Amino acid sequence: MEDEDRIAIDSDADVVTARQRARELAAGLDLSSTDQTLLATAISEVARNITHYATRGEVRLRIIRDRDGREGIEVVAQDKGPGIVDLELAMQDGYTTGGGLGLGLPGARRLVDEFEVQTAAGEGTTVKLIKWARAPLRPALRSHRV
Amino acid sequence: MAVPILKQGPVLIASIQTALTDTDVLQLREDVMAQVTRHRSRGIIVDVTSLDIMDSFVSRSLRGIAHMTRLRGAETVIVGIQPEVAFAMVQLGMQFEDVQTALDLEEGLALLSTQLKEPLAGGG
Repeated sequence: MEDEDRIAIDSDADVVTARQRARELAAGLDLSSTDQTLLATAISEVARNITHYATRGEVRLRIIRDRDGREGIEVVAQDKGPGIVDLELAMQDGYTTGGGLGLGLPGARRLVDEFEVQTAAGEGTTVKLIKWARAPLRPALRSHRV
Repeated sequence: MAVPILKQGPVLIASIQTALTDTDVLQLREDVMAQVTRHRSRGIIVDVTSLDIMDSFVSRSLRGIAHMTRLRGAETVIVGIQPEVAFAMVQLGMQFEDVQTALDLEEGLALLSTQLKEPLAGGG
């Protein structure tokens, strides 16, 4: 288990901190600049949901490895807010109860490799995101002259 | 942190310097509207070159600035959206078609110069 980086989300400035810390973590891995941007954008969306719907919560970041040794960043955004009554609806583009564009959750899902939401009305929401570093090209795939 | 807004003839240039909180973005929207009114500006450039992300809130707010200023008879151009940021905006599903954009400040000034039929410093 890697060390976790916990960021308390209490204000809109904390949303900025969370995505900047993720970017710092991502820079240490083999994550392209584009992938770092996609991850930071996804974090911004889920962290804003915390300040917007639950007032406060936290974002936890850590580096993970899969069975093949590939590294990635796992983000857990957790709050004890009102929860999402209809998750299926909340995952649809354009659906919002908060006056936004309704792109937060469905948009964030498109920006990462793995996406999971656990929620229950009155019990809060936990969103888990994973962005994997690209596997390096195997030498066998490279063309070469003989 | 407040975004500095410079007046250059009939054009206002808002140059974003650092990462913006939601509060900063809303402040920028108010400041732009106030200055457009005060200076009777006809064009606005918002330079986002230094933004490393544009999430749904920032994108929506900038689009709001463009729509509001248009109602005042002024055209807004967003300049300097970074390639990775553009990629993320499309993946996110942002609709930005009704907002004018340009590669950088110089191109933005050139675009406004043509539209306002008035030569602007730095523009064409």
